[in-house]
Amino acid sequence: MEHFDAKAYQKRVNERMPKSKTLLYCFRAFWTGGLICCIGQAIGDILRNLFVLTTEQIASWTAIILVFLGALLTGIGVYDRIGAYAGAGSVVPITGFSNSVVAPAIEFKQEGYVMGVGAKLFSLAGPVLVYGTCTSILVGLLSLLFP
Amino acid sequence: MTNNRRGKRTLLFPSAPYIRASASIVSRMEGEGPLGDRFDVVLDDDTWGQESFEKAECRMFEEAVRLALDKCGMQPQQLGCLLGGDLLNQIVTANYAARSLETPFLGLYGACSTMAESLLVGSVLVDGGYAESVACVATSHFSSAERQYRYPLEMGTTSPETAQRTVTGAGCVLVAGGDDEAAVFHRIRTRAATIGRVVDLGITDANNMGAAMAPAACDTIITHLKDLGRTVDDYDLIITGDLGRFGSEMLFTLCRERGVDLSGRHLDCGNMIFHPEQNVQCGGSGCGCSAVTLSAMLLDQIERGGCRRMLFLATGALLSPTVTLQGESIPGIAHAVVLEQEG
Repeated sequence: MEHFDAKAYQKRVNERMPKSKTLLYCFRAFWTGGLICCIGQAIGDILRNLFVLTTEQIASWTAIILVFLGALLTGIGVYDRIGAYAGAGSVVPITGFSNSVVAPAIEFKQEGYVMGVGAKLFSLAGPVLVYGTCTSILVGLLSLLFP
Repeated sequence: MTNNRRGKRTLLFPSAPYIRASASIVSRMEGEGPLGDRFDVVLDDDTWGQESFEKAECRMFEEAVRLALDKCGMQPQQLGCLLGGDLLNQIVTANYAARSLETPFLGLYGACSTMAESLLVGSVLVDGGYAESVACVATSHFSSAERQYRYPLEMGTTSPETAQRTVTGAGCVLVAGGDDEAAVFHRIRTRAATIGRVVDLGITDANNMGAAMAPAACDTIITHLKDLGRTVDDYDLIITGDLGRFGSEMLFTLCRERGVDLSGRHLDCGNMIFHPEQNVQCGGSGCGCSAVTLSAMLLDQIERGGCRRMLFLATGALLSPTVTLQGESIPGIAHAVVLEQEG
């Protein structure tokens, strides 16, 4: 039986495996993520000029429109291509959250609306919701205790 | 009594079963690769008119068997056994295709090593006189594998440099006890096979399966050569299933350290099936990868080309998304079958 040294092998794999081009991916994420944020800002500015809305209402409408755009681009099969190029640049903005909800909704439709779409809808976004909610409770409690 | 066993893990087939015919079905992406014009069927639509990718994969499995049988004028009822598997949970593709084919059926799971595993078991059945002819099949489908092992298709993510693309393809090889006019191939025989051992050197990255499988491939090659008292020079080609570019590099290193030099003799199906510019990082993977490459190209090299003896070694990463999340590493396995040119 051949004997292999697992530790030495893992070390060698880590040394020799093709590395991700971190700088390139950072640059791509920076400009695409920045662009999505600029689009969001532009939507907000347009809303401010066209309608009489409070700052809070503008923020809500901007988020709604960006989520819609993310969902639309996912539905027509474009967002995954953007994501393959942009990486975190298209994952971190709110459009990425929209993508992570709509993608499983499309994917698991074949398993039905209850155990498919219903059960799998938040399979990717679930952790964001769970820990986002927990953090907001924690911050709320802290602000209550230390006003 | 183990007359036909040599060394630790190698089986000999004294009657040397024949390979009668083969068939391959792939999707458009594989069709655009270097082997594009050699496949029997290249699908434009990877759902093939079915409601889901799983059902499409099932149809590919079934049609590959029917196509191989058609080529030599056989019916499914004439099969002594259908041997095959795929990557999906409960090997549903193979099970549901077998439901339609209504033949005796042994479902196999060896991850991407399934094609060699089915050829090995098939050769045992034919050589032992338990079946006159058997069909050995393996399939994988990019879209059904992605949703089971990774993310939904429309999820926008980047692929690491070591990732490999699951091949959408079904390959079927018919093994039979004798040769006749109707057969497609007349000169290819299976002489021996080596059963793989599960080797796990602690690789945990599901996007680096080549590195997880390379030690198992090395282990099987070294054991095979020792068991039969042969060297690499006794083989014209040593084919691995889907180690990809980085996995092949690690296999070379591991073998060289053990005094076995594979240079000039080794090819990997994962490196052959796609062009590098097809954006597939380290190459192709999946049990369809070695199955369609064998069916569409490698058998032809033995029948009509200059390859007189080939070691076909399909490599499998026995990955489970559940157990990986629990902190387990990825075990690898590789089974080998010797295919020889007659005469």
